[in-house]
Amino acid sequence: MASDAEMGAMDRHRAQGPSAAPDASTSFGGYRMQIETALYHFKNWLRSPRPYLMVLGFILLIGFWWLSVEVWKLPRFAGMPGPTAVVREWLSREPMFGLSFYTPDYYVHILTSLQRVFIAFVLSTVIGIPLGLVIGWSRTAREYIFPVLEMLRPIPALAWVPLAILMFKSSEGPVIFLTFLPAFFATTLNSMLGVHSIDESYFRAADCLGASRWQVFRHIVVPGALPFVFTGLEISIGLAWFSLVAGEMIAGEYGLGYVIYTSYTMVSYPTIVIGMITLGVVGYVSSSIIRSVGVFLMGWRTRELGLGGQ
Amino acid sequence: MQTTLDQTKARALRGTIRIESAVKVYGNPQNGVVAVDHCSLECPPGEISMVVGPSGCGKTTLLNAIAGFHSLTSGAIYLDDEMLCGPGKPKADPGSDRIVVFQNGALFPWKTNIENVIFGPVMQGKLAVKEAKDKARTMMAEAGLSGIENDYPGQISSGVRRRVEIVRALMNDPKVLLLDEPYRALDSLTKSVMHESLLETCYRNRITVFFITHDLEEAIFLGDQVVIMTSRPCRTKKLLKIDLPHPRDYSIVTSRRFRELMDETMDAVHEEAMKAFELGEREG
Ligand SMILES: Nc1ncnc2c1ncn2[C@@H]1O[C@H](COP(=O)(O)OP(=O)(O)OP(=O)(O)O)[C@@H](O)[C@H]1O
Ligand SMILES: [Mg+2]
Repeated sequence: MASDAEMGAMDRHRAQGPSAAPDASTSFGGYRMQIETALYHFKNWLRSPRPYLMVLGFILLIGFWWLSVEVWKLPRFAGMPGPTAVVREWLSREPMFGLSFYTPDYYVHILTSLQRVFIAFVLSTVIGIPLGLVIGWSRTAREYIFPVLEMLRPIPALAWVPLAILMFKSSEGPVIFLTFLPAFFATTLNSMLGVHSIDESYFRAADCLGASRWQVFRHIVVPGALPFVFTGLEISIGLAWFSLVAGEMIAGEYGLGYVIYTSYTMVSYPTIVIGMITLGVVGYVSSSIIRSVGVFLMGWRTRELGLGGQ
Repeated sequence: MQTTLDQTKARALRGTIRIESAVKVYGNPQNGVVAVDHCSLECPPGEISMVVGPSGCGKTTLLNAIAGFHSLTSGAIYLDDEMLCGPGKPKADPGSDRIVVFQNGALFPWKTNIENVIFGPVMQGKLAVKEAKDKARTMMAEAGLSGIENDYPGQISSGVRRRVEIVRALMNDPKVLLLDEPYRALDSLTKSVMHESLLETCYRNRITVFFITHDLEEAIFLGDQVVIMTSRPCRTKKLLKIDLPHPRDYSIVTSRRFRELMDETMDAVHEEAMKAFELGEREG
């Protein structure tokens, strides 16, 4: 069965290591090629107008904010913190409202939120992917589980708050549960759709070639569903941040959602914006990481698409 | 290649497909779609049987029953002396003695070409990965497929993909190869290369081939026999032995005998196509 394990898509990189001598030269060449291709695309990107458009987009947004709040002082935006006020607060060694790059609390909030999202995301992935794959693959499992999931899925995370508080006595429990829930649904559903997206002829070919039921799961279902699974994970991490904030506003002593909510009640408006932007950046980075892991695991896809040129 | 004459004879004897009064009704047995109706057919061992017939007549249905992808309503299919399906056993078990090469290709895109080729023997535990890879390299080299072992199927052209898929099938030493319009999507130039390479492979391995096509020229060029099917429900209308000499190359296409066989097939197929068309008119 060790031989069996050596064939999987996931193990491809290992199988082509130095032990597989005849393949070694080509596969190392393959890695270098991959890096070179990435560099080539990056250089092309720098030469194209796209990065400058991206910067321009941010300038426009911040410019509009600055003009409407600090220059024109539009009545609707009265009381809103302007960009200079936010930046001054953010960079200050002694922030007026207690939160800036220089206060340890800032990082405690970020780390607390990160930790909650991490736990919830890992749980939702570890439970959601296998569950989704099994529902997608086995009709019996689908008949048991799918209707229940579909009934629970539309219930918004906020509606779970009272039950979550009743169910988990600790302070962390309810927040993590609320963060977990929508992420879990997204991962499960997309994994299931991933299995459905696999062409029937792959299953038939595997049958012809004498694969057992478990081998079909391992070599066809898992790699075949992977593109959808990763789409699901990207959605899921976004939803995790989304509902984390809701959870932290209700139950929590730390975290970015808590910062935003308490800053509002304590009238420290620049801190709200600091919390929001930090949330945006951390969320963006976390989904980029998921995307890169997906691209790495699905080398066959990028190489295939790479044929079409850029 | 280094098989002695005796071995070749012994191998040539295996792989007879015998279809006896096969019936396949989709849906309700009383009023469902009758796709195959009492179809009987024998594919001699080590020969290429080309199956032609109007679109939607039930050719794929028949192939799927042989491969074991679905059941027969009644009738039986034998491979040599073994009953694949028949009374008491409506559905054959898919197995590596009969391997299908699919119309749109079914190389796993997430595995490299060589990982695809070794899939059968490794899954069945017949060969360890290393041995299988050695064998695969040899077979791929024989088929003129060196240098693409570590590419993914998405990186090679569709013609080459089809050849890799045939090598993947041959790795299992099957008795029968079942092909469902495998070259449909290829341009005619690639097609002729594929034909010659398939013939060469079949001579070398003495495999029974069940090959569905719409292309009559392909049917006569490749076939030892051409089976012309009726419009739905599918039944054998005419069985034509192709007496063109072996080995064949493409110059044969312009010979007189080839044209004669072509005309003969064309007449039978045209008749059925007209029937299918009229049937469609009436049903529509
Ligand atoms: N799963 C199914 N359920 C109901 N009817 C089906 C099913 N599969 C095929 N049919 C019908 O059975 C008939 C035969 O189909 P089949 O695919 O075997 O034809 P074919 O000869 O392979 O056609 P083509 O040359 O177009 O590939 C068709 O009329 C089709 O509509
Ligand atoms: Mg068909």
